[in-house]
Amino acid sequence: MKCQQCDKQAVFHITELETGEVRELHLCEDHARAYLNQSEAGGGEEPETGGGLTGPLGVGQTADELAVLDQKSCPMCGISFFEFRNQGRLGCPHDYVHFEKELEPLIANIHGAVRHTGRRPSREGSLAGLPEGTEELTSIIGLRRAMKEAIACEAYETAREHRDAIRALEQRWLGAAGT
Amino acid sequence: MKLDNLTQSVGEWLRGTGPESDIVMSSRVRLARNVAQFPFVSRATEQDRAEIERFLRDRITSAPVGHGLEYIDVGGLEEVDRQFLVERQLISRELADAQGARGVGIDGREQVSLMINEEDHLRIQCVHSGLDLAGVWQQIRDVDDGIERVVPYAFHPRWGYLTACPTNVGTGIRVSVMLHLPALVMTRQIDKVFRSLHKISLAVRGLYGEGSQAMGDFYQISNQTTLGKTEEELVEQVGDVVPVLIEYERRAREFLVRETQQNVHDQVSRAYGILRTAQTITAEETMQLLSRVRMGVLLGLIGDVDISAINVLLVRTQPAHLQKIRGLELDTKDRNIERARYLRQHFEGGGGGSAAGNN
Repeated sequence: MKCQQCDKQAVFHITELETGEVRELHLCEDHARAYLNQSEAGGGEEPETGGGLTGPLGVGQTADELAVLDQKSCPMCGISFFEFRNQGRLGCPHDYVHFEKELEPLIANIHGAVRHTGRRPSREGSLAGLPEGTEELTSIIGLRRAMKEAIACEAYETAREHRDAIRALEQRWLGAAGT
Repeated sequence: MKLDNLTQSVGEWLRGTGPESDIVMSSRVRLARNVAQFPFVSRATEQDRAEIERFLRDRITSAPVGHGLEYIDVGGLEEVDRQFLVERQLISRELADAQGARGVGIDGREQVSLMINEEDHLRIQCVHSGLDLAGVWQQIRDVDDGIERVVPYAFHPRWGYLTACPTNVGTGIRVSVMLHLPALVMTRQIDKVFRSLHKISLAVRGLYGEGSQAMGDFYQISNQTTLGKTEEELVEQVGDVVPVLIEYERRAREFLVRETQQNVHDQVSRAYGILRTAQTITAEETMQLLSRVRMGVLLGLIGDVDISAINVLLVRTQPAHLQKIRGLELDTKDRNIERARYLRQHFEGGGGGSAAGNN
């Protein structure tokens, strides 16, 4: 197969995932190097941490480091970074906090930016008391999971505590808007 | 909402009115939103999905989106009805094909659609005919504000609105225009145009969004990035390029008429001829030929058909619409025969203009 940029033999075969679309690149060594350098330069502040979805996976990382990173999992929804890398979909809002360091270079690569500058919640109406960030509400996801696990091992007292904690959070932040 | 009633109209995106509607079919904005206290859809259990659906349905049906919102339980629909909503661009293929609790709220004018449990918990979409990105943005912003008063959207001070896929994080906005570019296709300039769009971070997709093929020379141009720019900047990014594309297409149409009139007239007339006489015809071929005829009408090469009639045919000759109009489930072969019959009846006596009442 020929390089897509010149007549030389393509020796690098790269698959890019962009906004859910798959793009294949077949490049000679020179053009592959130029391409990879270019995507790293656009990769934001920490290109050396690699990331996942786009760009050359794990550049500058050893297999061991990647393995450790892959096993890290979100305390709320339980998704591991490995699962995210495979599916390309995150598990819950807390992943943006828990995997922030890993996601940052990836997001920088996709968007060329690492900070939201658009609209923010105005918090009017029945949700007027809710803070701008919704981390506390998202902790309900972890509590629900813990409650189910407690029920599964017949730890009913623990399950009741989790249930009460969920209700307290819903009451506090959702008030009349709660379920 | 009685889906059968919808077959009588064409829906907003094919109404064929609005500014620059000879080239710009429709302007669309969608917002991706999630509810803070639930896992994202791909991680949600069946029970989670049912709870998300109930939580959002209760709130969006009481939110002020204007013109009365009808809620449809998509999971409870027959396949042909789900396909019907996809053809009208009221739901995505992904929502149609998904599993578990899911639904869509649609306003009476088919401008606003609120999809529940698609890739994100809530996908808000707003469409206007022709080129009207500012109007669409204003309307969707009001709908979003209304829902945000009662739904705690997942939000992070640094990352903005949090989405299941990091490609949508931040504003969660996708701004797109659907363009009919037959002359750029015929003059083989379309690839060049798309390459230059990619360079300025705009995506080009087919008629039915992500992963779909461009059919009948219809293309969607949209923003690629959602973070680091304001919603208005992203609306502008797409809006700025549209007049340029319109100008290219107009120039290509003028070139065709000036330099190759006989050839273009021949192609358009042949397309028209096939549509009026074919005995069996696929949806793809129909779309391609209608595209040619549409251009022919706009260039004044065909006199007795109006544009709105072409738009009606573009949607009514699609598989689910055809089956709902005939009130029968048909396999592909029978659909092709039925489609050809429908087209022949439609063009009978050269009266394309009477399309709307011709069922």
